[in-house]
Amino acid sequence: MTRVISMKDAINEALDQEMSRDPTVIVMGEDIVGGAGAPGEDDAWGGVLGVTKGLYAKHGDRLMDTPLSESAYVGAAVGAATCGLRPVAELMFIDFMGVCFDEIFNQAAKFRYMFGGKAETPVTIRAMVGGGFRAAAQHSQMLTPVFTHIPGLKVVCPSNAYDAKGLLIQSIRDNDPVIFCEHKSLYADEVDVPEESYAIPFAEANIVREGGDATIVTYGLMVQRSMEAAENLAEDGIDCEVIDLRTLSPIDMDTVLESVENTGRLVCVDEANPRCSIAADIAAQVCQEAFAKLKAAPRMVNPPHTPVPFSPALEDLYLPSADAVASAVRKTIAS
Amino acid sequence: MSDDRIHPIVMPKWGLSMEEGKLSSWLADEGADIGPGDDIMEVETDKITNVVEATKTGVLRRRLGEEGVVYPVRALLGVLADRNVAEDEIDAFVGTYDVPQASGRGDAADAGPVYEFIETPSGRLRYAKRGESGAPVVLVHGFGGDLDNWLFNIDALAEVAKVCAFDLPGHGQSAKALPDGGLEGLARALGQFMDGVGFDAAHLVGHSMGGAVVANLALSAPERATSLTLIDSAGLGHAINGDYISGFVGAQSRRELKPVLKDLFADPKLVNRKLVDDLLRYKRLDGVTEALSDLAASLFAGGRQTTVLAGPLGRIECPRLVIWGGEDAVIPASDAYAVDGAVVEVVAGAGHMVQMEAAGKVNELIIRHMAGS
Repeated sequence: MTRVISMKDAINEALDQEMSRDPTVIVMGEDIVGGAGAPGEDDAWGGVLGVTKGLYAKHGDRLMDTPLSESAYVGAAVGAATCGLRPVAELMFIDFMGVCFDEIFNQAAKFRYMFGGKAETPVTIRAMVGGGFRAAAQHSQMLTPVFTHIPGLKVVCPSNAYDAKGLLIQSIRDNDPVIFCEHKSLYADEVDVPEESYAIPFAEANIVREGGDATIVTYGLMVQRSMEAAENLAEDGIDCEVIDLRTLSPIDMDTVLESVENTGRLVCVDEANPRCSIAADIAAQVCQEAFAKLKAAPRMVNPPHTPVPFSPALEDLYLPSADAVASAVRKTIAS
Repeated sequence: MSDDRIHPIVMPKWGLSMEEGKLSSWLADEGADIGPGDDIMEVETDKITNVVEATKTGVLRRRLGEEGVVYPVRALLGVLADRNVAEDEIDAFVGTYDVPQASGRGDAADAGPVYEFIETPSGRLRYAKRGESGAPVVLVHGFGGDLDNWLFNIDALAEVAKVCAFDLPGHGQSAKALPDGGLEGLARALGQFMDGVGFDAAHLVGHSMGGAVVANLALSAPERATSLTLIDSAGLGHAINGDYISGFVGAQSRRELKPVLKDLFADPKLVNRKLVDDLLRYKRLDGVTEALSDLAASLFAGGRQTTVLAGPLGRIECPRLVIWGGEDAVIPASDAYAVDGAVVEVVAGAGHMVQMEAAGKVNELIIRHMAGS
């Protein structure tokens, strides 16, 4: 049965259902249960924004509050994954990943390769990403390209509650390390979500809008902005196809290429900083694989190459807007 | 102002979620004589494109809707009226036409829940119930389908009957565990569903695998079937498109599923993004792939139908109607003639999903069949 729930509740439900289904699934992180020194479930925080609230009461000690040391508990999660558990480590903000890069980049991402395929590391690392939350430069970054760059990691960034549930379940069941990026500005967004468990396979982009004039490729919060741009453009007779990548590694380039071969025009919309971004990657791959089909140069819509500003006025200007997306589409059509 | 001589032509409401639709094209000219079943216009929603057929007789006096424009559900798009109705009467009708609130969710709230659930020994089953009076009717979908396969039929049949459509075990939003016994298990679930909604007997209508399910119940418990309607039905011959079955069960992505679904319709254009997405959402649910694989292994092993009921169906007293889409690419239309003593109607230009592709015709045939039973 489906009902309308928020992305935050969909993530909670995915964790709950996988913990019920599979006793090897454990959840660890800072303040995900009750916070340091708290007496227990009565005042349980359930994480900094309450995503894991209620799980401790159901699954008890399979949820662990950890010390404030990302390298220690992410390292523990990676180690536990190699020894038969399926840990889900929550890292609050992806901005904090820097302190545990060795555990992620040099250990988790390399084991399968370095042990000749004999080792598996089924760890999921959840973290909030993205801006618009007035959380300043150290809690607002969109670091998806950093992880997409590393072979051996899978990178997921859902745009809605339905995808979040199915992709998180797939992440937990997957036998490789997955970086699961949750946009905090989407937590309250609600859509139809089935009560039953379901898994959405990786590397299957979602065509959220069909159109023949231009292809907009995006993910995460930018899916909404791109859809808003597409609806505005449709009033002027410009019909955009909007592709939600859903997973950045592995990536579904077939769907992107098929669409661009049809439209001949590409706009890549990415909340990450522009240099070496997902947008840059898509644009480069399309140029290499489908140059002859392009009717105009691909365009990228990213924030500027600066940290995320704390000033609300500047932060609003920093994030790509629907108008910025529409303007980029118009430029590809005009050229 | 409302009288029997003037009939509004409005944007239809196909299913709970439909709030608006695009008038893609008019299929009748202004001034044309129209009768029930005649094509009036083509409407496109995010789910499906289909033809709107007339239900009344008259002259198409006004085409108000513009092609390519999106209108809310129940918006006035045209006027059908007797030739002798004066022009100013038509203008007055149009001028005072009160468009009902077009919010789908609002309508659903007014009419009560559209989908209900019932606990049976075969698990929790989802169903939809329409119509207040008349004989009971149960609609049973096919392999991999769900009750929305009757989107264009349930309301039309509900005008003369009490209609229930439900999701078989393993399908739609019903429990995903299959009852034991393959086809017999599904027929048992049908009987249990009828017990649950209080139907001792009903006009049983089955599509594809659902046809074999209703036939099975009619043979094992003849008192429960007032009449049988078998639409592009399984269980009447051995032949089946095995590639369709294995392709449907195996497809994991939109790219894999879409070409498979083209076998369902004579007009492949009907396979749109939303149809594929909805089916993928269903197929991704835990337990669905296993249920479909088990059913396929039991009913369609090696690309052949294992159960053929045509012989015994030819010897029962229950009135039987067999409807087939002439272009069916899943089960051959020649199977339509396998049941002795059945009334057979083959609808040209329609495929396996004939109840969707030629809904008006199929509804009319079922209603006439029930009236004569």
